[in-house]
Amino acid sequence: MKPDVLDVKDLKVYYHTPRGAVKAVDGVSFQLFAEERLGLVGESGSGKTTSAMALLRMIKAPGKIEGGEIWLEGADQVLARHGGKNGNGQYAKGGKVNLQTLTDEQMVSLRLSAIALIAQGSMNSLNPVMRIRDQIADGYQDHGYKLTKQELKERTADLLNRVGLRPSVADMYPHELSGGMKLRVCIAIAISLSPKVILADEPTSALDVVVQRQVMETLRRVQEELGASVLLVGHDMGLMAQAVDRLGVMYAGKMAEVSPVHDIFTKPLHPYAQLLIASLPSLDVKGEFKGIPGLPPSLLEDIPGCPFAPRCPYKMERCEVEKPILKEVAPNRHVACFLVEGAK
Amino acid sequence: MADVVALSGTATDYAVKKDTWGNVRRYLRRNPSLLVGMFLLFCLLAFWLVGSAVYDTSRAAALSVPDTVHPPSAEYPLGTDRIGRDIMAVMIQGTMLTLRIGLIAGILGVSVGTIVAFLGGYYRGWFDTLLKGIVDVGLTIPGMLILIIIAVNIKDQGLTVDQMGLVVAIYSWLWPARTIRSQVLTMRERTWVEVARLSGVSGPEIIFKEILPNLMPYMLASLVGSVSSAILASIGLETLGLGPMAAPTLGMTIYWVIFYSAMLRGYYWWWMPPIAIIVVLFVGLFMVSMGLDELANPRLRRGV
Amino acid sequence: MPLDYVLRRFAVFVVVVWAAATLNFLLPKTTGVDPVSQKLMQEATRGGYIQQGMTQMMQVYREKFGLDKPLWQQYLTYMNDLIHLDFNYSISQYPKKVIEIIRDSIWWTIGLLLSTTILEFLLGSLAGALMAWPKSPKWLGYIFTPFLTLSAVPYYLLGLVLVYIFGFQLRWLPMFGGYTPGTFIGLDPRSLLDIASHALLPALSLILSAIGFWALGMRSMMVTVQGEDYMILAEAKGLKDNTLLYKYALRNAILPQVTSLAIALGYVVSGAVLVEVVFAYPGIGNLLYLAIRNMDYFVIQGIVMLIIFAIATTTLILDLALPLLDPRITYKGAS
Repeated sequence: MKPDVLDVKDLKVYYHTPRGAVKAVDGVSFQLFAEERLGLVGESGSGKTTSAMALLRMIKAPGKIEGGEIWLEGADQVLARHGGKNGNGQYAKGGKVNLQTLTDEQMVSLRLSAIALIAQGSMNSLNPVMRIRDQIADGYQDHGYKLTKQELKERTADLLNRVGLRPSVADMYPHELSGGMKLRVCIAIAISLSPKVILADEPTSALDVVVQRQVMETLRRVQEELGASVLLVGHDMGLMAQAVDRLGVMYAGKMAEVSPVHDIFTKPLHPYAQLLIASLPSLDVKGEFKGIPGLPPSLLEDIPGCPFAPRCPYKMERCEVEKPILKEVAPNRHVACFLVEGAK
Repeated sequence: MADVVALSGTATDYAVKKDTWGNVRRYLRRNPSLLVGMFLLFCLLAFWLVGSAVYDTSRAAALSVPDTVHPPSAEYPLGTDRIGRDIMAVMIQGTMLTLRIGLIAGILGVSVGTIVAFLGGYYRGWFDTLLKGIVDVGLTIPGMLILIIIAVNIKDQGLTVDQMGLVVAIYSWLWPARTIRSQVLTMRERTWVEVARLSGVSGPEIIFKEILPNLMPYMLASLVGSVSSAILASIGLETLGLGPMAAPTLGMTIYWVIFYSAMLRGYYWWWMPPIAIIVVLFVGLFMVSMGLDELANPRLRRGV
Repeated sequence: MPLDYVLRRFAVFVVVVWAAATLNFLLPKTTGVDPVSQKLMQEATRGGYIQQGMTQMMQVYREKFGLDKPLWQQYLTYMNDLIHLDFNYSISQYPKKVIEIIRDSIWWTIGLLLSTTILEFLLGSLAGALMAWPKSPKWLGYIFTPFLTLSAVPYYLLGLVLVYIFGFQLRWLPMFGGYTPGTFIGLDPRSLLDIASHALLPALSLILSAIGFWALGMRSMMVTVQGEDYMILAEAKGLKDNTLLYKYALRNAILPQVTSLAIALGYVVSGAVLVEVVFAYPGIGNLLYLAIRNMDYFVIQGIVMLIIFAIATTTLILDLALPLLDPRITYKGAS
């Protein structure tokens, strides 16, 4: 088992509205191992995008990270390299740094260099009035890399090449590129400083399936070249099945199950995951579409017990009063469910 | 289906309380601009209403007062001016008249503008091209100048206050037409409108039931802006001497102030009141339009 | 820059100027106002001339001003004259030509307008941008908010108040005129200082009033821009705050701001006209006012046409410059 690069413990992100605090992420824990691809799925409002943005400390008011630890491997080296002071936080085994203990300035220096983002809506993620080469270059500039014009040109050409684009793209403006090309540029930007963690937040949602596959292939290739890990957030189960090694399923701000992707699709443990997989249309079996009856709970109120309980077909009495905790019930299979715990 | 609702408690959670008055009050507290603006305008309205009930406003006509250019005294609280008018009376009347011009021009402008905007923006075709052409050309030429040309030509036929309003309206429909048209164009492509169209809902029904309600806050903001710029234009024209000469409007007062160099002669009671009222009027309109802007564009809410 | 974009902009320009000219020509004809007899009537009432010989005078003047020819001929002469910038003779200052009168005054207005517009646009936009930026100092907002409210008040009224405070009460600055009456103007330091001190109040009333308007516009553009997706990625790249502000946010927000400059030109000019009236500043605004007072119809026409022409030209220039700022425009074409 490879070492973990990112260790998220009990992350809490609340949005403070006039009507109360919305617990978008309520005690979420997971690990991202070296060179692996972890997927994060859930319905809209399950907290997956918020979790990813929290890693970058890009939660905007009225949202706030209320608690938890985010341990990033290799952050101290990146900080030292960019002239930032070493984190005044606690060091755990292997030299990991708890991001929560860093100052805002230090976080800013970690972005792109230690954790990079490929944003949702990559169609519009590029500055319309800047050329591509300038948008690649400003990442280097603002992170303290002093490169000559020639060096920049070479690096840019190399990056574009690695994502499958012609070097001439560098002189273009974003509106001259197709959706797939823009996404590749975003990937190029994301790998430009060789980060160890890449966050991809529904990057392919606006693309057709053919381009989608090509781009995901490209992403996989550059990830392997870099030796980086990818956290892929989304709600396209089909995409997840092909693109990730492990999959985390979130529900109502909590993590329901984290398992290898093959296991989740063939033998899901958490009832929510089971219903989710069951609802996926299949090419072999024809029949009625099955949904999951009911609605997700309001995140405003404090939910006693398991958030999925109202809709769970296997609900027990215990589920309504006690909150289940994510536990490893089998090798590499983590589930937060009393039913599953008991059975094993 | 009933058990679905029963299982999740969310149906009641998301129901908005029927306390509309409370909602309005809470909103006004979060949007101080709107509140302050409305208050200022209300004060002016009250000034006119109370004033015309209590005070003798006939003395706002020229040569109605024997002593000219008197500083404030017991009999004439704001003094008199060079053409024999009681300034307090002029202020009371003037506030209403200026507002009236603004309202006539503003309301007319927005109404006409909205109608043509909808006809052009929704139905497109030759009418829309023509409309766009007229509006583009019309807006390039500064409105003030158009109005000056027009006003100069009809000056000697004796302008009444209401006619002044109509003159200003000739220009004031252009801007609302343009902005509302572009909103209609965007709305038209929204999915719910397309759905309505495909469901066979008729054009006018779509306009009234789907598009119009969504544009309400926008049109309201447009109205305030329209009235505001109409008043601005009318005061500007009057200051130049192109308005209803005999009427005691605020703009004409400024005209006489300049004509008789009231500034240089230190007749502070003559020029201060109209300026003060105009300032209150514009600040009030401005704050209301700021407030409405926030209403129409939720991204501006809660400050930046 | 594609040809059809340029041609279209140019076509708008030509149409605007032509429409204005024609309107200018036709209006008095439709209202039945005859500028010459108007003026003569006015003179008559003022000077107490006797009525006899009035009709002969009118006939002579009519011929002189070409008002006895058929309509279409008058129109063609009018258009032809316009192209040559001949706005006919001034009625009140006959035999001076309108164009001469305008030429004397125009430099004052250009100087005033150009400097104030540039200053208020730049300062206002910068202030507005900073006000919308969450990481700016708080005091900026507090200082600037009164300016925002001030922008609601008409330029010239602000001018009146300023004249009163600084001119009348404090006697710091001259109250009217472009230069001390009776003196000669050259390029020497004394003249320049004189001009500057006379221009300060009019310039201030324009700038103070308008700066709030530009700030407000920029502020709301910045708010919109900050909600865009590219700002999210830019922040996720760990870019410095200054980079985000200037290269990403401001650079995009300035585009609609420049467009609104093109649109607001009309207001800028009419504001300046009225400010000149208040300060008796010897520009074409003041000229217009006096011409209205004196019923000098051709001067009025001439000034109005000139202003329209100037604005149309500036709008054209700005429209052609816009694609340089926004690379998307060249390809999408004007919408």
